Amino acid sequence: MLVRSPQAALQRLFDEVGSVDQIGIDERVAKYATRSVKKASKLWGLRTAVTMVDLTTLEGKDTPGKVDSLCQKALRPHDDASIPPVAAVCVYPSMVRHARRALGNNSAVRIASVATAFPSGQAPLKTRLAEVKAAVADGADEIDMVINRGAFLAGEFGRVQDEISAVVTACGAAKLKVILEVSELETYDSIRAASFLAMRVIRPSDFIKTSTGKTSLNATLGNNQVMLEAIRDFYLDTGVAIAMKPAGGIRTAKQALTFLIAVKETLGDAWLNNARYRFGASSLLNDLLRQLDKEKTGAYQAPYYFSEAAESY
Amino acid sequence: MARLPITKTPKFYVGGAFIRSESARVFPLRDSDGVFFANIPQCTRKDLRNAVEAAAKAGPGWAKRTAYNRGQILYRLAEMIEARSDEMSAAIGLGGSTPAAAAREVAAAVDRLIYYAGWTDKYEQVLGNVNPVAAPYFNFTVTEPMGIIGVIAPDKAPLLALISLVVPAISSGNTVVALASTTQPYPAILLGEMLATSDLPGGVVNLLTGFREEMIPTFATHMHLRAISAVVNANERKMLALGSAESVKRTILLKSEDKRDWFATAAQSVDAIRDTLEFKTTWHPVGA
Repeated sequence: MLVRSPQAALQRLFDEVGSVDQIGIDERVAKYATRSVKKASKLWGLRTAVTMVDLTTLEGKDTPGKVDSLCQKALRPHDDASIPPVAAVCVYPSMVRHARRALGNNSAVRIASVATAFPSGQAPLKTRLAEVKAAVADGADEIDMVINRGAFLAGEFGRVQDEISAVVTACGAAKLKVILEVSELETYDSIRAASFLAMRVIRPSDFIKTSTGKTSLNATLGNNQVMLEAIRDFYLDTGVAIAMKPAGGIRTAKQALTFLIAVKETLGDAWLNNARYRFGASSLLNDLLRQLDKEKTGAYQAPYYFSEAAESY
Repeated sequence: MARLPITKTPKFYVGGAFIRSESARVFPLRDSDGVFFANIPQCTRKDLRNAVEAAAKAGPGWAKRTAYNRGQILYRLAEMIEARSDEMSAAIGLGGSTPAAAAREVAAAVDRLIYYAGWTDKYEQVLGNVNPVAAPYFNFTVTEPMGIIGVIAPDKAPLLALISLVVPAISSGNTVVALASTTQPYPAILLGEMLATSDLPGGVVNLLTGFREEMIPTFATHMHLRAISAVVNANERKMLALGSAESVKRTILLKSEDKRDWFATAAQSVDAIRDTLEFKTTWHPVGA
């Protein structure tokens, strides 16, 4: 009798896309943190990181007022006008229209909206697609969707891909970011496999994204590296360039620079811009500004001089 | 059988951990006879930056402790030093103090701790106030800790002077990043070990070792330090005053030329606690 087995299905997929040497990846990324980045490169990295931030607020207590102030901060992160605006603001679908009102129609800052029953994805497909369409209709430029992890772990890869395809269609002109939620995929092998499943159905320059930021483990250098290498291998195979967004847990400028080193050394300069690489973060921007100020004035800065760094001690 | 000699690697105390300088630099410490004793970490401005981050992390929790609890913890620190007073005396003796003079300094340092441990839940009654106003309001003045305080200790009295500068600041809920004596850093290294066993949360007191001329410019300009309490010469005073004006921090600068007597009763006072306090005055309507 034939019995379907998720393990066998996963194994076939691993055999096809290649598995990951976990120790090798961990050793590799440990080296990134030892690179010494000096003055001019550091300044360039910090400024580039600012332009890559998806300034995020995803809380139950979000209000139109809070989204409005987030948008103002995204447009003009610092009183120093030479600091560029961030890439996008990232909000819940109900806040998209408020963000659109705050930013206007021809803004340098894009509007990203999480959709598809973020963060769990546990809603009927019809509901998820309706949410995507509503967010796009309200003015979202980019949609962050979550994949169906339950289907993935059950070995139902066709279903995972069909759902992503349906969301691609629902997006229309909006860019798509596919959240793999790496902490629920458990292993590097699964992360690589899920990356390939997603990359095969999304459009060139759509994103794959590590996490929702709502679980215990978020973006790490390790799973960022696995996904970057998947993007590299996919690009070498097909010539299609997929973009990448680590999200959650990246709070310091130093971390951001280390992630940029990983991008530079894995994918090269073509990925060092906000069309190909983003940071999903809420507090990272303030630390970037703080370090930019330090580079400018030569004096170490206090966090309470930067907005929303509420800690006043 | 002859034992292998166990030599100690002195490390400085930051964020509750004993660490080496991020630069990996050290400088040799010799005793008063010129015999090599140990290599002492030579801290850099980045070590100072990291210490300030550690102090910022520890600050809110320390300031939230009850005044009584802070007093208990300072008292326990005194217990820890008292129990290892011979070792501490020997550390002070490296600088050439006679055993009797060194023992006297340790005893004075312990007494100073007890003095400020007693003040933690009493200075508010002395420094705070209910102010008379000509309207139906209560008008209170209460104190609050400033935040992170930079301390630069003098070379003389390496334990007593350090304690006399650090302890009044932390007694009210501030946290401290201190640069120990350059010529006699070893007592501060030992003090770190005693702090670690005293129930004082990690990061409340951070003790750096190194060279004054390397560290003072960063102490002066660091925006996150709210005040500087230091014993400094004329050049250093100028540098600290200029940097502090830029970063708007309070300066409590004692002149190293003055040859202050740290043993004197005058060297301890509630005024030293007041030096690192902010005062907040609030109006409150008188109830029916």
